[in-house]
Amino acid sequence: MSLITNTEDFLEQTGKISRFAGHFFSHGIKPRFEIKELLSQCYLIGYKSFPLVGLTGFIMGLVLTMQLRPSLVSYGVQSELPVMVGIAIVREIGPVITALIFAGKIGSSIGAELGSMKVTEQIDAMEVSGTNPYKYLVATRVVATTLMLPILTLLGDAISLFGAYIGVNISSVTSLRFFFTQVFQSLTYSDIVPAVIKTLFFGFAVGIIGCYKGFNSTKGTQGVGISANSAVVLSSVLIFIIDLLTVQLTNLIGLN
Amino acid sequence: MPTVLNTPSDEKTGTVTSKPVIVIEHLYKQFGRNVVLEDFSLTVYKEENVVVLGKSGAGKSVLIKCVIGLLKPDKGNIMVLGENVTALNDDDLDRVRSKVGFLFQANALYDSMTVRENLEFPLRRHWINISQKEVEKMVKEALENVALLHTLDMMPSELSGGMLKRIALARTLILKPEIILYDEPTTGLDPVTAREIDQLILKLQKKYHTSSIIISHDMNCVKNIADRVILLLDGKCYADGSYDELEHSTDQKIKQFFE
Repeated sequence: MSLITNTEDFLEQTGKISRFAGHFFSHGIKPRFEIKELLSQCYLIGYKSFPLVGLTGFIMGLVLTMQLRPSLVSYGVQSELPVMVGIAIVREIGPVITALIFAGKIGSSIGAELGSMKVTEQIDAMEVSGTNPYKYLVATRVVATTLMLPILTLLGDAISLFGAYIGVNISSVTSLRFFFTQVFQSLTYSDIVPAVIKTLFFGFAVGIIGCYKGFNSTKGTQGVGISANSAVVLSSVLIFIIDLLTVQLTNLIGLN
Repeated sequence: MPTVLNTPSDEKTGTVTSKPVIVIEHLYKQFGRNVVLEDFSLTVYKEENVVVLGKSGAGKSVLIKCVIGLLKPDKGNIMVLGENVTALNDDDLDRVRSKVGFLFQANALYDSMTVRENLEFPLRRHWINISQKEVEKMVKEALENVALLHTLDMMPSELSGGMLKRIALARTLILKPEIILYDEPTTGLDPVTAREIDQLILKLQKKYHTSSIIISHDMNCVKNIADRVILLLDGKCYADGSYDELEHSTDQKIKQFFE
Protein backbone atom coordinates (compact mmCIF):
# COMPACT_ATOMS: atom_id res chain seq x y z
CA MET A 1 0.00 0.00 0.00
CA SER A 2 2.80 2.35 1.01
CA LEU A 3 4.69 1.50 -2.19
CA ILE A 4 1.62 2.39 -4.26
CA THR A 5 1.19 5.68 -2.38
CA ASN A 6 4.87 6.51 -2.78
CA THR A 7 4.73 5.70 -6.50
CA GLU A 8 1.63 7.86 -6.87
CA ASP A 9 3.32 10.73 -5.02
CA PHE A 10 6.45 10.38 -7.13
CA LEU A 11 4.46 10.41 -10.38
CA GLU A 12 2.35 13.34 -9.19
CA GLN A 13 5.46 15.34 -8.24
CA THR A 14 7.14 14.48 -11.54
CA GLY A 15 4.05 15.62 -13.43
CA LYS A 16 3.81 18.87 -11.49
CA ILE A 17 7.51 19.67 -11.94
CA SER A 18 7.27 18.89 -15.67
CA ARG A 19 4.27 21.20 -16.01
CA PHE A 20 6.09 23.91 -14.04
CA ALA A 21 9.11 23.52 -16.33
CA GLY A 22 6.86 23.46 -19.41
CA HIS A 23 5.34 26.76 -18.27
CA PHE A 24 8.85 28.26 -18.51
CA PHE A 25 8.94 27.61 -22.26
CA SER A 26 5.30 28.51 -22.95
CA HIS A 27 5.13 31.70 -20.82
CA GLY A 28 8.43 32.45 -19.10
CA ILE A 29 10.48 33.41 -22.14
CA LYS A 30 7.94 35.65 -23.82
CA PRO A 31 7.92 39.47 -23.56
CA ARG A 32 7.77 41.46 -21.32
CA PHE A 33 11.33 40.49 -20.31
CA GLU A 34 12.52 41.34 -16.84
CA ILE A 35 16.04 42.36 -17.92
CA LYS A 36 16.93 44.33 -14.77
CA GLU A 37 15.93 41.45 -12.50
CA LEU A 38 17.73 38.96 -14.77
CA LEU A 39 21.00 40.95 -14.55
CA SER A 40 20.59 41.23 -10.80
CA GLN A 41 20.10 37.45 -10.54
CA CYS A 42 23.11 36.78 -12.81
CA TYR A 43 25.20 38.89 -10.42
CA LEU A 44 23.84 37.15 -7.32
CA ILE A 45 23.86 33.64 -8.76
CA GLY A 46 27.02 33.84 -10.84
CA TYR A 47 29.42 36.40 -9.42
CA LYS A 48 28.55 35.73 -5.77
CA SER A 49 29.04 31.97 -6.22
CA PHE A 50 32.46 32.33 -7.81
CA PRO A 51 34.58 32.38 -4.59
CA LEU A 52 33.00 29.11 -3.36
CA VAL A 53 33.28 27.43 -6.76
CA GLY A 54 36.87 28.64 -7.11
CA LEU A 55 37.90 27.42 -3.66
CA THR A 56 36.31 23.98 -4.02
CA GLY A 57 37.72 23.68 -7.55
CA PHE A 58 41.25 24.48 -6.35
CA ILE A 59 41.09 21.94 -3.50
CA MET A 60 39.53 19.33 -5.79
CA GLY A 61 42.34 19.68 -8.37
CA LEU A 62 45.03 19.59 -5.70
CA VAL A 63 43.62 16.55 -3.87
CA LEU A 64 42.84 14.64 -7.05
CA THR A 65 46.46 15.04 -8.20
CA MET A 66 47.88 14.01 -4.83
CA GLN A 67 45.62 10.93 -4.73
CA LEU A 68 46.34 9.86 -8.32
CA ARG A 69 50.09 10.28 -8.18
CA PRO A 70 51.01 7.13 -6.12
CA SER A 71 48.99 4.87 -8.44
CA LEU A 72 50.59 6.34 -11.56
CA VAL A 73 54.06 6.12 -9.99
CA SER A 74 53.52 2.41 -9.30
CA TYR A 75 52.85 1.87 -13.03
CA GLY A 76 55.70 4.20 -14.00
CA VAL A 77 53.46 6.62 -15.88
CA GLN A 78 53.59 9.62 -13.57
CA SER A 79 54.42 11.81 -16.58
CA GLU A 80 50.80 11.25 -17.70
CA LEU A 81 49.48 12.87 -14.52
CA PRO A 82 48.58 16.25 -16.13
CA VAL A 83 46.76 14.45 -18.97
CA MET A 84 44.73 12.21 -16.64
CA VAL A 85 43.86 15.00 -14.23
CA GLY A 86 43.00 17.36 -17.09
CA ILE A 87 40.60 14.94 -18.77
CA ALA A 88 39.00 13.90 -15.46
CA ILE A 89 38.42 17.50 -14.41
CA VAL A 90 37.18 18.87 -17.73
CA ARG A 91 34.98 15.93 -18.73
CA GLU A 92 33.41 14.83 -15.48
CA ILE A 93 34.58 15.98 -12.08
CA GLY A 94 34.59 19.72 -12.80
CA PRO A 95 31.04 19.95 -14.18
CA VAL A 96 29.49 17.57 -11.64
CA ILE A 97 31.21 18.91 -8.52
CA THR A 98 30.59 22.53 -9.57
CA ALA A 99 26.93 21.70 -10.23
CA LEU A 100 26.57 20.01 -6.83
CA ILE A 101 28.18 22.97 -5.03
CA PHE A 102 25.92 25.26 -7.08
CA ALA A 103 22.83 23.20 -6.16
CA GLY A 104 23.77 23.42 -2.49
CA LYS A 105 24.30 27.17 -2.53
CA ILE A 106 21.87 28.46 -5.16
CA GLY A 107 19.16 25.75 -5.11
CA SER A 108 18.65 26.15 -1.37
CA SER A 109 18.80 29.94 -1.55
CA ILE A 110 16.16 30.10 -4.33
CA GLY A 111 13.96 27.56 -2.53
CA ALA A 112 14.16 29.45 0.76
CA GLU A 113 13.75 32.91 -0.80
CA LEU A 114 10.69 32.04 -2.88
CA GLY A 115 9.29 29.87 -0.09
CA SER A 116 9.55 32.77 2.31
CA MET A 117 7.95 35.11 -0.24
CA LYS A 118 5.15 32.60 -0.74
CA VAL A 119 4.27 32.18 2.95
CA THR A 120 4.40 35.93 3.62
CA GLU A 121 2.13 36.61 0.61
CA GLN A 122 4.82 38.64 -1.21
CA ILE A 123 4.18 36.62 -4.37
CA ASP A 124 0.47 37.49 -4.18
CA ALA A 125 1.39 41.14 -3.58
CA MET A 126 3.55 41.02 -6.70
CA GLU A 127 0.66 39.65 -8.75
CA VAL A 128 -1.66 42.35 -7.43
CA SER A 129 0.98 44.93 -8.43
CA GLY A 130 0.59 43.96 -12.09
CA THR A 131 3.61 41.67 -12.20
CA ASN A 132 3.59 38.11 -13.42
CA PRO A 133 5.46 36.37 -10.57
CA TYR A 134 6.42 33.45 -12.82
CA LYS A 135 8.22 35.77 -15.23
CA TYR A 136 9.68 38.05 -12.58
CA LEU A 137 10.80 35.43 -10.07
CA VAL A 138 11.02 32.09 -11.88
CA ALA A 139 12.04 32.87 -15.46
CA THR A 140 14.80 35.27 -14.39
CA ARG A 141 16.28 32.81 -11.87
CA VAL A 142 16.08 29.83 -14.23
CA VAL A 143 17.73 31.77 -17.09
CA ALA A 144 20.40 33.03 -14.69
CA THR A 145 21.21 29.55 -13.32
CA THR A 146 21.25 28.10 -16.86
CA LEU A 147 23.65 30.77 -18.13
CA MET A 148 25.85 31.12 -15.06
CA LEU A 149 26.61 27.47 -14.31
CA PRO A 150 28.54 26.80 -17.57
CA ILE A 151 30.60 29.96 -16.98
CA LEU A 152 31.27 28.99 -13.37
CA THR A 153 32.20 25.47 -14.48
CA LEU A 154 34.75 26.73 -17.01
CA LEU A 155 36.26 29.07 -14.42
CA GLY A 156 36.14 26.28 -11.82
CA ASP A 157 37.89 23.91 -14.25
CA ALA A 158 40.66 26.46 -14.85
CA ILE A 159 41.20 26.98 -11.10
CA SER A 160 41.02 23.23 -10.55
CA LEU A 161 43.75 22.67 -13.15
CA PHE A 162 45.86 25.28 -11.40
CA GLY A 163 45.28 23.33 -8.16
CA ALA A 164 46.43 20.20 -10.00
CA TYR A 165 49.57 22.04 -11.15
CA ILE A 166 50.34 22.90 -7.50
CA GLY A 167 49.69 19.22 -6.63
CA VAL A 168 52.14 18.04 -9.29
CA ASN A 169 54.77 20.49 -7.99
CA ILE A 170 54.54 19.18 -4.44
CA SER A 171 56.45 16.04 -5.42
CA SER A 172 58.25 17.14 -8.56
CA VAL A 173 59.12 20.26 -10.49
CA THR A 174 57.08 21.11 -13.58
CA SER A 175 56.69 24.52 -15.21
CA LEU A 176 53.22 26.03 -15.49
CA ARG A 177 53.60 26.29 -19.26
CA PHE A 178 54.66 22.65 -19.64
CA PHE A 179 51.81 21.45 -17.39
CA PHE A 180 49.12 23.33 -19.30
CA THR A 181 50.62 22.43 -22.69
CA GLN A 182 50.35 18.75 -21.73
CA VAL A 183 46.76 19.22 -20.49
CA PHE A 184 45.55 21.09 -23.56
CA GLN A 185 47.30 18.77 -26.02
CA SER A 186 45.33 15.89 -24.55
CA LEU A 187 41.97 17.69 -24.66
CA THR A 188 39.72 17.86 -27.74
CA TYR A 189 36.50 19.71 -28.46
CA SER A 190 34.63 16.47 -27.82
CA ASP A 191 35.89 16.64 -24.24
CA ILE A 192 34.92 20.24 -23.66
CA VAL A 193 31.71 20.83 -25.65
CA PRO A 194 29.55 17.99 -24.20
CA ALA A 195 30.77 18.90 -20.70
CA VAL A 196 29.70 22.52 -21.19
CA ILE A 197 26.37 21.53 -22.75
CA LYS A 198 25.47 19.27 -19.85
CA THR A 199 26.10 22.11 -17.39
CA LEU A 200 23.36 24.06 -19.19
CA PHE A 201 20.96 21.25 -18.25
CA PHE A 202 22.38 21.09 -14.72
CA GLY A 203 21.82 24.83 -14.33
CA PHE A 204 18.28 24.60 -15.68
CA ALA A 205 17.50 21.73 -13.28
CA VAL A 206 18.87 23.61 -10.24
CA GLY A 207 16.89 26.74 -11.15
CA ILE A 208 13.60 25.05 -11.96
CA ILE A 209 13.65 22.75 -8.92
CA GLY A 210 14.57 25.60 -6.54
CA CYS A 211 11.78 27.76 -7.95
CA TYR A 212 9.24 24.92 -7.97
CA LYS A 213 9.94 24.02 -4.35
CA GLY A 214 9.82 27.67 -3.26
CA PHE A 215 6.70 28.47 -5.26
CA ASN A 216 4.87 25.49 -3.77
CA SER A 217 6.02 26.04 -0.21
CA THR A 218 3.39 25.44 2.48
CA LYS A 219 3.15 25.07 6.27
CA GLY A 220 4.62 28.49 7.13
CA THR A 221 8.23 28.91 8.22
CA GLN A 222 8.69 25.16 8.63
CA GLY A 223 7.73 24.80 4.98
CA VAL A 224 10.47 27.26 3.95
CA GLY A 225 13.11 24.97 5.46
CA ILE A 226 11.56 21.94 3.82
CA SER A 227 11.53 23.74 0.45
CA ALA A 228 15.19 24.72 0.72
CA ASN A 229 16.23 21.24 1.78
CA SER A 230 14.20 19.34 -0.80
CA ALA A 231 15.37 21.73 -3.55
CA VAL A 232 18.99 20.73 -2.84
CA VAL A 233 18.26 17.01 -2.54
CA LEU A 234 16.13 16.81 -5.68
CA SER A 235 18.39 18.95 -7.84
CA SER A 236 21.47 16.96 -6.71
CA VAL A 237 19.77 13.70 -7.71
CA LEU A 238 18.70 15.26 -11.01
CA ILE A 239 22.28 16.37 -11.71
CA PHE A 240 23.44 12.73 -11.52
CA ILE A 241 20.54 11.51 -13.66
CA ILE A 242 21.22 14.18 -16.30
CA ASP A 243 24.94 13.32 -16.16
CA LEU A 244 24.18 9.65 -16.76
CA LEU A 245 21.87 10.45 -19.66
CA THR A 246 24.27 12.90 -21.33
CA VAL A 247 27.16 10.42 -21.09
CA GLN A 248 24.96 7.79 -22.75
CA LEU A 249 23.87 10.29 -25.37
CA THR A 250 27.39 11.48 -26.19
CA ASN A 251 28.50 7.83 -26.43
CA LEU A 252 25.63 7.15 -28.77
CA ILE A 253 26.48 10.01 -31.12
CA GLY A 254 30.19 9.20 -30.97
CA LEU A 255 31.44 12.21 -29.07
CA ASN A 256 33.44 10.10 -26.62
CA MET B 1 -31.81 30.28 5.51
CA PRO B 2 -29.66 33.35 6.18
CA THR B 3 -30.84 36.00 8.58
CA VAL B 4 -30.73 39.07 6.37
CA LEU B 5 -31.33 42.04 8.59
CA ASN B 6 -30.89 44.66 5.99
CA THR B 7 -30.66 44.22 2.29
CA PRO B 8 -28.67 47.06 0.72
CA SER B 9 -30.71 48.92 -1.81
CA ASP B 10 -30.31 51.80 -4.19
CA GLU B 11 -31.99 54.04 -1.67
CA LYS B 12 -28.97 53.99 0.59
CA THR B 13 -28.49 57.38 2.11
CA GLY B 14 -25.75 59.36 3.88
CA THR B 15 -22.28 59.44 2.44
CA VAL B 16 -22.77 56.18 0.59
CA THR B 17 -23.99 56.66 -2.96
CA SER B 18 -25.99 54.10 -4.90
CA LYS B 19 -23.51 53.09 -7.60
CA PRO B 20 -22.34 49.50 -7.11
CA VAL B 21 -18.57 48.99 -7.52
CA ILE B 22 -18.37 45.29 -6.58
CA VAL B 23 -21.13 42.83 -7.38
CA ILE B 24 -20.58 39.22 -6.29
CA GLU B 25 -23.21 36.78 -7.49
CA HIS B 26 -23.68 33.15 -6.42
CA LEU B 27 -20.02 32.55 -5.66
CA TYR B 28 -18.81 29.00 -5.03
CA LYS B 29 -15.30 28.02 -4.00
CA GLN B 30 -14.05 24.78 -2.55
CA PHE B 31 -10.62 23.31 -1.79
CA GLY B 32 -10.72 19.55 -2.17
CA ARG B 33 -13.82 18.50 -0.23
CA ASN B 34 -13.86 21.62 1.90
CA VAL B 35 -16.59 23.95 0.63
CA VAL B 36 -15.52 27.47 1.61
CA LEU B 37 -17.98 29.69 -0.23
CA GLU B 38 -21.42 28.45 -1.22
CA ASP B 39 -23.81 30.63 -3.18
CA PHE B 40 -22.33 33.81 -1.67
CA SER B 41 -23.62 37.11 -3.01
CA LEU B 42 -22.68 40.65 -2.03
CA THR B 43 -22.90 44.14 -3.50
CA VAL B 44 -20.57 46.93 -2.39
CA TYR B 45 -21.52 50.49 -3.25
CA LYS B 46 -19.33 53.47 -4.03
CA GLU B 47 -17.60 54.97 -0.99
CA GLU B 48 -19.04 52.23 1.21
CA ASN B 49 -17.03 50.35 3.83
CA VAL B 50 -18.28 46.77 4.12
CA VAL B 51 -16.80 44.68 6.92
CA VAL B 52 -16.93 40.91 6.55
CA LEU B 53 -17.06 39.06 9.86
CA GLY B 54 -16.68 35.35 10.29
CA LYS B 55 -14.88 32.63 12.16
CA SER B 56 -11.31 31.69 11.27
CA GLY B 57 -11.32 29.53 8.16
CA ALA B 58 -14.79 30.76 7.18
CA GLY B 59 -13.52 31.90 3.78
CA LYS B 60 -13.23 35.65 4.32
CA SER B 61 -9.72 35.95 2.87
CA VAL B 62 -10.67 33.56 0.06
CA LEU B 63 -13.54 35.91 -0.77
CA ILE B 64 -11.37 38.99 -1.26
CA LYS B 65 -8.70 36.97 -3.06
CA CYS B 66 -11.41 35.92 -5.53
CA VAL B 67 -12.39 39.59 -5.93
CA ILE B 68 -8.82 40.60 -6.90
CA GLY B 69 -8.37 37.51 -9.08
CA LEU B 70 -5.72 35.79 -6.96
CA LEU B 71 -8.06 32.81 -6.67
CA LYS B 72 -10.47 31.62 -9.31
CA PRO B 73 -13.98 30.78 -8.06
CA ASP B 74 -15.51 27.44 -9.05
CA LYS B 75 -18.80 29.12 -9.97
CA GLY B 76 -20.35 32.56 -9.93
CA ASN B 77 -19.57 36.05 -11.17
CA ILE B 78 -17.59 38.88 -9.65
CA MET B 79 -18.09 42.26 -11.26
CA VAL B 80 -15.48 44.82 -10.23
CA LEU B 81 -16.02 48.34 -11.59
CA GLY B 82 -18.27 46.84 -14.25
CA GLU B 83 -15.87 44.08 -15.37
CA ASN B 84 -16.25 40.39 -14.70
CA VAL B 85 -12.89 39.48 -13.15
CA THR B 86 -13.59 35.75 -13.43
CA ALA B 87 -13.55 36.01 -17.22
CA LEU B 88 -10.71 38.48 -17.84
CA ASN B 89 -7.35 37.64 -19.42
CA ASP B 90 -4.11 38.53 -17.61
CA ASP B 91 -3.70 41.97 -19.23
CA ASP B 92 -7.28 43.03 -18.55
CA LEU B 93 -7.06 41.67 -15.02
CA ASP B 94 -3.93 43.79 -14.44
CA ARG B 95 -5.83 46.84 -15.71
CA VAL B 96 -8.62 46.21 -13.19
CA ARG B 97 -6.07 45.51 -10.44
CA SER B 98 -4.51 48.93 -10.98
CA LYS B 99 -7.80 50.35 -9.65
CA VAL B 100 -8.04 47.95 -6.71
CA GLY B 101 -5.72 48.05 -3.71
CA PHE B 102 -5.10 45.06 -1.45
CA LEU B 103 -3.72 45.33 2.07
CA PHE B 104 -2.36 41.94 3.06
CA GLN B 105 -2.73 40.54 6.55
CA ALA B 106 1.05 40.08 6.93
CA ASN B 107 1.72 43.36 5.01
CA ALA B 108 3.61 41.45 2.27
CA LEU B 109 6.28 44.14 1.94
CA TYR B 110 9.19 42.91 -0.17
CA ASP B 111 11.86 42.36 2.46
CA SER B 112 14.74 42.60 -0.03
CA MET B 113 13.68 46.15 -1.01
CA THR B 114 13.75 49.48 0.84
CA VAL B 115 10.52 51.29 1.69
CA ARG B 116 11.06 53.54 -1.34
CA GLU B 117 11.49 50.53 -3.67
CA ASN B 118 8.45 48.84 -2.16
CA LEU B 119 6.33 51.87 -2.97
CA GLU B 120 7.85 52.36 -6.41
CA PHE B 121 7.24 48.75 -7.41
CA PRO B 122 3.46 48.88 -8.13
CA LEU B 123 3.83 52.32 -9.73
CA ARG B 124 6.46 51.18 -12.20
CA ARG B 125 4.64 47.93 -12.97
CA HIS B 126 1.20 49.43 -13.62
CA TRP B 127 2.28 52.74 -15.13
CA ILE B 128 5.22 51.82 -17.32
CA ASN B 129 5.80 55.30 -18.80
CA ILE B 130 5.79 57.22 -15.55
CA SER B 131 8.77 59.58 -15.08
CA GLN B 132 11.23 59.34 -12.18
CA LYS B 133 10.14 62.79 -10.97
CA GLU B 134 6.50 61.73 -10.81
CA VAL B 135 7.44 58.49 -9.06
CA GLU B 136 9.36 60.37 -6.37
CA LYS B 137 6.52 62.84 -5.87
CA MET B 138 3.94 60.06 -5.49
CA VAL B 139 6.13 58.00 -3.15
CA LYS B 140 6.66 61.01 -0.90
CA GLU B 141 2.96 61.88 -0.95
CA ALA B 142 2.01 58.31 -0.02
CA LEU B 143 4.48 58.28 2.86
CA GLU B 144 3.32 61.71 4.07
CA ASN B 145 -0.24 60.35 4.15
CA VAL B 146 0.85 57.75 6.70
CA ALA B 147 3.29 60.11 8.48
CA LEU B 148 6.34 57.96 7.73
CA LEU B 149 8.34 60.03 5.27
CA HIS B 150 11.50 59.53 7.36
CA THR B 151 11.47 55.77 6.64
CA LEU B 152 12.01 56.30 2.90
CA ASP B 153 15.37 54.53 2.69
CA MET B 154 14.86 52.05 5.52
CA MET B 155 14.42 48.32 5.11
CA PRO B 156 11.17 46.66 6.28
CA SER B 157 13.17 44.69 8.87
CA GLU B 158 14.04 47.98 10.61
CA LEU B 159 10.40 48.95 11.17
CA SER B 160 7.86 48.09 13.89
CA GLY B 161 4.62 46.18 13.24
CA GLY B 162 2.51 49.35 13.22
CA MET B 163 4.94 51.12 10.87
CA LEU B 164 4.95 48.13 8.52
CA LYS B 165 1.16 48.21 8.41
CA ARG B 166 1.20 51.93 7.57
CA ILE B 167 3.85 51.44 4.88
CA ALA B 168 1.75 48.60 3.42
CA LEU B 169 -1.24 50.94 3.47
CA ALA B 170 0.82 53.60 1.70
CA ARG B 171 1.80 51.07 -0.96
CA THR B 172 -1.84 50.08 -1.37
CA LEU B 173 -2.87 53.72 -1.79
CA ILE B 174 -0.07 54.85 -4.07
CA LEU B 175 -1.99 53.95 -7.24
CA LYS B 176 -5.01 55.90 -5.90
CA PRO B 177 -7.33 52.89 -6.17
CA GLU B 178 -11.09 53.19 -6.32
CA ILE B 179 -11.53 50.07 -4.20
CA ILE B 180 -9.41 48.78 -1.32
CA LEU B 181 -9.58 45.25 0.07
CA TYR B 182 -8.25 44.98 3.62
CA ASP B 183 -7.32 41.56 4.99
CA GLU B 184 -7.40 41.92 8.78
CA PRO B 185 -5.75 45.36 8.91
CA THR B 186 -5.41 45.51 12.71
CA THR B 187 -4.55 41.88 13.53
CA GLY B 188 -1.42 41.56 15.65
CA LEU B 189 -1.34 45.24 16.61
CA ASP B 190 -1.74 46.70 20.09
CA PRO B 191 -5.07 48.51 20.75
CA VAL B 192 -3.57 52.00 20.42
CA THR B 193 -1.84 51.25 17.10
CA ALA B 194 -4.95 49.40 15.89
CA ARG B 195 -7.04 52.50 16.60
CA GLU B 196 -4.50 54.65 14.74
CA ILE B 197 -4.75 52.32 11.74
CA ASP B 198 -8.58 52.49 11.88
CA GLN B 199 -8.45 56.29 11.90
CA LEU B 200 -5.91 56.30 9.09
CA ILE B 201 -8.12 54.04 6.98
CA LEU B 202 -11.10 56.33 7.54
CA LYS B 203 -9.05 59.50 6.86
CA LEU B 204 -7.66 58.13 3.62
CA GLN B 205 -11.05 56.78 2.57
CA LYS B 206 -12.53 60.26 2.93
CA LYS B 207 -9.57 61.81 1.10
CA TYR B 208 -9.60 59.44 -1.88
CA HIS B 209 -13.32 58.46 -1.86
CA THR B 210 -12.57 54.74 -1.94
CA SER B 211 -14.91 51.80 -1.40
CA SER B 212 -13.71 48.94 0.77
CA ILE B 213 -14.22 45.38 1.83
CA ILE B 214 -12.58 44.88 5.20
CA ILE B 215 -11.97 41.48 6.74
CA SER B 216 -11.69 41.78 10.49
CA HIS B 217 -12.08 40.02 13.83
CA ASP B 218 -11.40 43.21 15.74
CA MET B 219 -14.82 44.46 16.89
CA ASN B 220 -13.47 47.94 17.68
CA CYS B 221 -12.21 48.14 14.11
CA VAL B 222 -15.61 46.93 12.85
CA LYS B 223 -17.45 49.53 14.94
CA ASN B 224 -15.15 52.36 13.86
CA ILE B 225 -15.02 51.61 10.16
CA ALA B 226 -18.10 49.70 9.01
CA ASP B 227 -20.94 51.27 7.07
CA ARG B 228 -22.30 47.75 6.74
CA VAL B 229 -21.38 44.42 8.32
CA ILE B 230 -21.68 41.05 6.62
CA LEU B 231 -21.57 37.86 8.64
CA LEU B 232 -20.08 34.97 6.68
CA LEU B 233 -21.18 31.62 8.07
CA ASP B 234 -20.96 28.21 6.43
CA GLY B 235 -19.89 29.81 3.17
CA LYS B 236 -23.02 31.97 2.98
CA CYS B 237 -23.95 35.53 3.82
CA TYR B 238 -25.75 34.84 7.11
CA ALA B 239 -26.45 38.44 8.09
CA ASP B 240 -26.19 41.83 6.48
CA GLY B 241 -26.79 45.07 8.32
CA SER B 242 -25.31 47.99 10.18
CA TYR B 243 -23.10 47.43 13.22
CA ASP B 244 -25.90 48.52 15.57
CA GLU B 245 -28.46 46.26 13.90
CA LEU B 246 -26.24 43.21 14.21
CA GLU B 247 -25.13 44.11 17.74
CA HIS B 248 -28.75 44.15 18.92
CA SER B 249 -29.74 41.00 17.08
CA THR B 250 -31.30 38.19 19.13
CA ASP B 251 -29.88 35.52 16.81
CA GLN B 252 -27.38 33.47 18.84
CA LYS B 253 -25.03 32.95 15.92
CA ILE B 254 -24.80 36.71 15.40
CA LYS B 255 -24.68 37.57 19.11
CA GLN B 256 -21.60 35.43 19.74
CA PHE B 257 -19.51 37.84 17.63
CA PHE B 258 -20.58 40.85 19.69
CA GLU B 259 -20.23 39.36 23.19
